Amino acid sequence: MNAQLLVEIYVLVLAVFVGFEVIAKVPPTLHTPLMSGSNAISGITIVGALIAAGSGGTEISTILGTVAIAAATINVVGGFMVTQRMLKMFKR
Amino acid sequence: MLESVIIPLLYLASAVCFILGLKQLSHPRTAPKGNATAAAGMLLAVVGTLLKAEIIDFQYIIIGLVAGGAIGAIAAKRVEMTSMPQLVALFNGFGGLSSLLVATSEVYAGKTLGTFTLSTVSLSILIGSITFSGSLVAFAKLQGIMRGMPLVFRGARLFNGFLILSVILLTVYTILNPAELFTYILWIIALSLISGYYFVVPIGGADMPVVISLLNSFSGIAAASTGFVIANDALIISGALVGASGIILTNIMCKGMNRTLWNVLFVGIEDSGDKSGAVTGPQQTAKSYEPEDTVVLFENAKQVVIVPGYGMAVAQAQHMVHELQKTLEAKGATVKYAIHPVAGRMPGHMNVLLAEANVSYDKLYDLDDINPDFEETDIALVIGANDVVNPAARHDTSSPIFGMPILDVDKAQTVFVLKRSMNPGYAGIENELFFNENTIMIFGDAKETVGRLTAELK
Repeated sequence: MNAQLLVEIYVLVLAVFVGFEVIAKVPPTLHTPLMSGSNAISGITIVGALIAAGSGGTEISTILGTVAIAAATINVVGGFMVTQRMLKMFKR
Repeated sequence: MLESVIIPLLYLASAVCFILGLKQLSHPRTAPKGNATAAAGMLLAVVGTLLKAEIIDFQYIIIGLVAGGAIGAIAAKRVEMTSMPQLVALFNGFGGLSSLLVATSEVYAGKTLGTFTLSTVSLSILIGSITFSGSLVAFAKLQGIMRGMPLVFRGARLFNGFLILSVILLTVYTILNPAELFTYILWIIALSLISGYYFVVPIGGADMPVVISLLNSFSGIAAASTGFVIANDALIISGALVGASGIILTNIMCKGMNRTLWNVLFVGIEDSGDKSGAVTGPQQTAKSYEPEDTVVLFENAKQVVIVPGYGMAVAQAQHMVHELQKTLEAKGATVKYAIHPVAGRMPGHMNVLLAEANVSYDKLYDLDDINPDFEETDIALVIGANDVVNPAARHDTSSPIFGMPILDVDKAQTVFVLKRSMNPGYAGIENELFFNENTIMIFGDAKETVGRLTAELK
């Protein structure tokens, strides 16, 4: 197993623990916004999509990358905006 | 310097933003800031990526960003709050689609892929596809395009297990015979997409909160897996965070129904023909009143607890309910809302609807906080909720929902149940609450009923 992969596995495991720790106690009021906000974060694949579309690869991988950018951007932009809209409604 | 230091540091900053953002998102006061922090993290990750030397062509990037940004922004601005579960499912599906496409594009990039990369490509395709087609099915069910009740052919779940096994075997075969990669990758994609379809199709409407949060978790796992494909820590960290938060929510939803995830996904509510049991029979009749007949009771009530369910969302009655709350409060009554963890079709569904109607979140109570209050409650007003108030869950071991934590509305002085008709709810379970001595049914559209009641009280 190469060193880079080992580091990636370290990062994965630690990030999972951070995730559980950070979100352990969420009040039910925030279940939907938390879900749609974290949903937007899962659009991070946009990073991979940008590389696929912009690194001058084969035609197929460029096309797949471009569609992937569009899909991820819908997820990211739509997700953060709709979360913001919901959160604005929450009042004491 | 740029590639080796600045870009990795931007990714690190973006991960820190996501963690802080999620932390802030779990407290009502800091939540809006949390969302903004997470969005800033995403911007940092995108900027960091665009700085990479390997990005040489910006034409397609701009097309993708503009198209996706416009669609996402319009959908987010236009959607009705009652359609929020569908929209969340749809956005989630696009995240899965993106992971699926990024992993696939790696196959066509013209590089030789090692065993490990091929395995992660296949895993990303599998999870990305399940997220994508599964979310589309969830969307179709929530939008009413597809029937919400469990649709199963015998052995559908076994068939799905077979599909996933095939994907694994095809992956092994592809690793052993790299020459046939391009043929087999298409099979892997097709089978994965079908498996996502059969994963969600058999699951009933009332189990949607579990499915939606699980798919949310999957979109994170797909992103993390894609991170291994392209060796990118930003994807691994963010994907893991989302995966973990989705699992926490899934777990909360399962606990709310006292069922295991396995039971929700692979068993479902028992589908037996005769589930009425000994408790209910044709000889029992429920009392039914017109809204106007109930006014005296409301006039004299000191404490009223409102229990909303999916029926309130369908009838879009949340604004009317808030009117009723204000009218009752003006008459000196205390009004509280009792929110069951799995009321509605997604985690926190009722909270969002009531927030839209300007109901203060201080008036919303969780199951554990409100249950002791019912004994001192004059009126429990159940609006479009059914299984979550069925007392059979407490004592009837033969009931399919036995053991599920419920709201003890039957302990209130009087229970009003607003319902369209006597038809049993999800999975056809009879609700013995409707036949209780202190229960009065008010049939009709919830919005209209609450409106008439409020008008009469004013």
